[in-house]
Amino acid sequence: MKAKVYIKYKDGILDPQGKVTNNALKSIGISGIENLTIGKYIEIEFGDISKEEADKLTNESCSKLLVNPNTQTYLYEIIS
Amino acid sequence: MKTRIGVIVFPGSNCDYDAYYALKKIFNVEVKFIWHRETDLNGISGVLIPGGFSYGDYLRTGAIARFSPIMESIIKESKNGIPIIGICNGFQILLECGLLPGALINNSGIKFLSKNVTLKVESSSSLFSNKFNKDDSICMPIAHKQGNYIADKETLKKLVDEDNIVFKYENNPNGSMLDIAGITNNKRNILGMMPHPERACEEILGSTDGTKIFDSMIGNC
Repeated sequence: MKAKVYIKYKDGILDPQGKVTNNALKSIGISGIENLTIGKYIEIEFGDISKEEADKLTNESCSKLLVNPNTQTYLYEIIS
Repeated sequence: MKTRIGVIVFPGSNCDYDAYYALKKIFNVEVKFIWHRETDLNGISGVLIPGGFSYGDYLRTGAIARFSPIMESIIKESKNGIPIIGICNGFQILLECGLLPGALINNSGIKFLSKNVTLKVESSSSLFSNKFNKDDSICMPIAHKQGNYIADKETLKKLVDEDNIVFKYENNPNGSMLDIAGITNNKRNILGMMPHPERACEEILGSTDGTKIFDSMIGNC
C-alpha cells in the first residue's frame, strides 16, 4: 500500500520558486503559461495494511505534520 | 527563585551561543543550554528559543522542531505563564506548534535579508516590552529568508484588537502583513519576533536596544 501526497501553497501565498521558474520558461521562448506553482510530492509506503488504514494514517500525517493549513493545501491518493 | 534561563538547542540552531553570551555577559543571569531531546524544564524560569535552521529547515521552517521532546514541556510551562521568547527560527517554531497564530512565508523580495532594521514598539504591555514606551523607535538586525508574516483577516483583527502586536517594521523589508515584526499571545508571556535582540546588546554591535527586551523578560522571570 502506498500514498502519494501532493502539497501546494494556497492561492495567494507567495511562491517565489514558481514565479522564477515561470519567468525562466518565458525567457526560453515557452509562452502561454498563465501561472506556475511549485509544490511538494511525498510518497509514503505502508506494509500490509488495509486501504482504509492507509487512508487514515495519511490523513493524520498530513494534518499533524506534513501540511501547514495556514499556507498549504493537499490532496492524496492511496495506491494498492 | 534565582533567574535561570534555558536556551533550547536543536540540531541546526546557530544563534544559541549569541543568546547565551548576551544573557550571561550583559545580565549575569544563570543560563543553561537545553538539548531538544530533554523532556523537562526543571528550575527554568524563562525560555529562549534561538534562531538558526533547526533540522535544516526540512519540510517547513520549524515544522520538525515543533515535535522535539522538549517542546511538550515548553507548551505545558507556557500555560503557567513563564516568559518564552522565540527569535527568528524560534518564532517559526512557536507558530508551527500553535503557541502563536499565523505563519511565516518567503520574503516578498525572495532574497535572504541580513541588515539592521528600525522597529516601532507597538505595545509595551508584554513581559518583553515593558521597559519600552509605546512608539519608541529601536534598531536591531534581521537575518532571514522566511520572515514574511501572514495570517487570515480574523487573526489579524484579533492581534490588533487585543494589543498583541509588539513590534512593527518602520520600513517593511519582507512583506509582512501589517508590518508585523513580533507578536505575543493573549497572556503576553510568549513573544515571537524575527529581528535578533541578542545581536543588539552592545555598542560595538551598533545597537543596545535588544537589552531592553531581555531586561523586561528577566524582570518577569
